[in-house]
Amino acid sequence: MMRTSTRRWWHAGLGLVFTAIMLFPVYWMFNVSLTPRNDLRNDPPQMFPVDPTFEGYQAVFDQQLPALVTSLLIGLGCVVLTVVIAAPAGYAMAMLDIRGGRTLNFLLLVAQMIPAVVMAMGFYAIYVRLGLLNSVWGLIVADSTIAVPFAVLLFTAFMRGIPRELLQASRMDGAGAWRTFRSIVVPLSRNAILTASLFAFLWAWSDFVFASTLARNSDFIPVTLSIYNYIGNNTTQWNAIMATAVVASIPAAVLLVFAQRYVAAGVTAGAVKD
Amino acid sequence: MTTATTMHERRPERPPGESRSHVDRRRRRIHGSPWVAVAFAAPLIVYLIAFYAYPLIRSIDLSVHDYNIRAFVQGNAEFVGLENFANVVSSPLFPQALWNTFLFVFVSLVFQYSIGLALAVFFKRRFPLSGVLRAMFLIPWLLPLIVSSSTWAWMMNSDAGVLNSFLGVVGIDPVNWLTSPETSLLSVIIANIWLGIPFNLVILYSGLQNIPEEVYEAAALDGAGPFMVFWRVTFPLLRPVSAITILLGLVYTLKVVDVVWIMSKGGPANSSLTLAVWSYREAFGTGQPDFSPAAAIGNILIVIALVFGLAYVNLQRKVEQ
Repeated sequence: MMRTSTRRWWHAGLGLVFTAIMLFPVYWMFNVSLTPRNDLRNDPPQMFPVDPTFEGYQAVFDQQLPALVTSLLIGLGCVVLTVVIAAPAGYAMAMLDIRGGRTLNFLLLVAQMIPAVVMAMGFYAIYVRLGLLNSVWGLIVADSTIAVPFAVLLFTAFMRGIPRELLQASRMDGAGAWRTFRSIVVPLSRNAILTASLFAFLWAWSDFVFASTLARNSDFIPVTLSIYNYIGNNTTQWNAIMATAVVASIPAAVLLVFAQRYVAAGVTAGAVKD
Repeated sequence: MTTATTMHERRPERPPGESRSHVDRRRRRIHGSPWVAVAFAAPLIVYLIAFYAYPLIRSIDLSVHDYNIRAFVQGNAEFVGLENFANVVSSPLFPQALWNTFLFVFVSLVFQYSIGLALAVFFKRRFPLSGVLRAMFLIPWLLPLIVSSSTWAWMMNSDAGVLNSFLGVVGIDPVNWLTSPETSLLSVIIANIWLGIPFNLVILYSGLQNIPEEVYEAAALDGAGPFMVFWRVTFPLLRPVSAITILLGLVYTLKVVDVVWIMSKGGPANSSLTLAVWSYREAFGTGQPDFSPAAAIGNILIVIALVFGLAYVNLQRKVEQ
């Protein structure tokens, strides 16, 4: 009894060490963001923010707010577009036995294998003609392609778990397919909607390839591109770059704190099917 | 995943003696006409055609024409057939980019998988804080790639990077991580391994959870030690999940641009240039966009990804059965 509990604490200690090693880069980002500019190139580097400065964060508020708002809008736009397209499709595939459902499933898997750089070129060629380059709408559509196939597969897997008896009962009460979808399937799929939304937001927020190709000269660039330009323009101000990186990590942190089990569920749903 | 399976099984089976057509009729009554299903899937189908198929066709179109910026706007590019592909493949950069891609993918996957598996086995034993720590391991995967890549780039800075000062503590000379052709590929691989560990950990951990406890108990009764149990029980039972994890990692690593581009831009002297990064550089990375060769490289990449992707689909079908 005594021995097992000691071993458990040993494990906890070891786990802490592993986690500390793994998260060191994250700590380092935080540390650098608080380091005064004169100390950035100290040798050895400052391991702890003993004399923290907020000049980096000041720079974020002075310069990065429009980029953060742009990213927020694009992320929210992607969430709406993804859910509106994926949820009904999941319903059709999981519960309405759509003809060619297997083919559709297959196409969605293949779609996830197309490199973003190829999609970016295709979108670029299309947007040049349509005048959609450097527009928020164009970026919302392009970014949503990262999440839509995943979200459909997620909704399909989830909705297969909804008992068909409920649909039957709803049918008996005279509800049509749309009514059943709206008042039974959607409320029951709350967790799937949440998971799909979280990932759609996070992926749109994190996107660099589409942003750097389709919105390069936009008046409103997303925060990822803004960080990239920052690095290109002034390589001395790493505290400000890292401060922006810290702020750009906030959605990831929020996700982890408030929706950790959905994150794990989402990662697994993409890979391990029932 | 598990709920979906059980619910699926719980669906009432056809009662014995009931004719098939009777069931079909009943199904139709419950689910309405087949067009209802199509109507619900219609937005997705339109979406896939407009925002997947069409861009894809445009990129293939780019690769068989000679596009430059002017032709882009005017739309009068000359048709050159497979010339772009021939130029790309015969370019001296091609073997180098292919070899870099292979190393980048292979080394990344070996380490991501083995470290992920070791951690998954480690976290499987419950201990205080195990849930919290496991959740924290997700952080690298959730961060935007620009954030993690630029952090690594700064950590690997030749003069002021913390990695070199760690090396200095153990008496190793500073390494020019990203600025030397000998180490730049290794540097981006290190960052990429770090990025992939959470994904491997989460999937392999859930795979471990699905191995029934009785199997371990039986092995313990037979007197198998922990290593024996791992090699003879855990590892073989985990094989389908392992294969899916590795294939997904492979497809992802093959096509990733951000990490390499942000850290090293494929340089110096193309030493960390992968196919995906090469394609990106030709199209968007220089002042002179060269869309046609870029699209050709991209389409070669699609073919490679599809070969492995189909292997994945095939495998998943086997797992499902």
